[in-house]
Amino acid sequence: MIEGTTGAEASAAELGLSAPRIRVIVAKPGLDGHDRGAKVIARALRDAGMEVIYTGLRQTPEMIVEAALQEDADVIGLSILSGAHMAIFPRIMQLLKESGLDDVLVVAGGIVPAEDLPAVKAMGVSAVFGPGASLKDIVDYIQANVDPARRVELG
Amino acid sequence: MVERVLGGDRLAVSRLISAVEDGAPEAEPALRALYPHTGRADVVGVTGPAGSGKSTLTNELVREYRKRDRTVGVIAVDPTSAITGGALLGDRVRMLRAYGDAGVFIRSMATRGRVGGLARATRDVVRVLDASGRDVVIIETVGVGQDEVDVARSAYTTLLVNVPGLGDDVQAIKAGILEIADVLVLNKADRDGANELQAQLRHMLSFNKKVEPGEWRIPILRTVATSGEGVAELVDAVDKHHAHLRATGELRTRLRASLEDELIALAQERIAGRIRKLLAGPEYAGMLEAVLRRERDPFSAAAAVLARVCADPAAQG
Repeated sequence: MIEGTTGAEASAAELGLSAPRIRVIVAKPGLDGHDRGAKVIARALRDAGMEVIYTGLRQTPEMIVEAALQEDADVIGLSILSGAHMAIFPRIMQLLKESGLDDVLVVAGGIVPAEDLPAVKAMGVSAVFGPGASLKDIVDYIQANVDPARRVELG
Repeated sequence: MVERVLGGDRLAVSRLISAVEDGAPEAEPALRALYPHTGRADVVGVTGPAGSGKSTLTNELVREYRKRDRTVGVIAVDPTSAITGGALLGDRVRMLRAYGDAGVFIRSMATRGRVGGLARATRDVVRVLDASGRDVVIIETVGVGQDEVDVARSAYTTLLVNVPGLGDDVQAIKAGILEIADVLVLNKADRDGANELQAQLRHMLSFNKKVEPGEWRIPILRTVATSGEGVAELVDAVDKHHAHLRATGELRTRLRASLEDELIALAQERIAGRIRKLLAGPEYAGMLEAVLRRERDPFSAAAAVLARVCADPAAQG
């Protein structure tokens, strides 16, 4: 029996479309000179089946938040080595809130000294992965912590 | 959602695009409501081989359109890895200059391995951007496979980007994309080999059907995307092509043909979905088995299923 279905109720699979994917912005705020680490992370997240939007070096908080908005990112990964995190992260978190993007998971990587960690977490940065963090840990953390309500079903 | 999209709310536009891409249930009602508000934007396809400078050129096109006070939406399509299902979408790196301007909306889209579905998802994303008030929507794809060609085809004007020094001067013919080009772009025209490439392109065009008076003559435009050279002329050529399509009625003919394809595809999907459900249910449980045992042939079985689906009142919905 067909239970009174209309075409509008056809599932994504029936329509030949694919399951939702986790979308991640990988961005480098500030004036870091290289982005090797960020590129490794971008590649690892891609290999874990995520759609990674890589934005490159020298991004302002405004650029990062605008990219997250337009790309409907589930996650923002911030890579920073310069030590400017205490200046840049609060601005990013504030802009996210102003843009209605409070539900986006924000993680950071690079160099964040231990004494800054409590303050960084208090701003709303969910996790910080420093030197030595394994790619698997980062992938697992994102998969476990991305807001499931942001997408119907995460693939 | 619909009101916010029509009002140009970027967050609503972004979320709806995701729903369209994910095939989420809320997408179709929204697309239905938006449809009457579409058809205003000029849709431009930018395609060409990897390394031809499409993203940089797109960035320059955006700048030129903004100079002319036209708002722009960009859909940058990149391949999904067939192995991992993930994608690295890096076109934003080359479109940074567009930041900070509410008149520009850039969306990266992964192919997600959907056969045929890519063109459809792109078409619906174009509609969302169109309804949100974008004057121009640029679709950027790597012109390699049939899928990408289909995507490019959904544009009113397709730019095929070529560069000197890619090694093989017949790449464009091999990929079968030369046929769909409305404007040929010779990018990186400051490089060695540009004149030779231009001669080759002209030669290839000479194989095309002879251009009758009043028909569109495919121009070859030289650009240096990194400096913006030739981009204003390129936008002029796109506008000219668009005007030509309107003046000759070809736009209407094209749109009508593509809507016909769309209607058939949508109806096919729905029928296929119903048939799948039907075959999974108890009523037809034995039919496949019977065909398998050679007690019944697949042709008569298909006819019976189709008759059943067409008679179903739910099919009228």
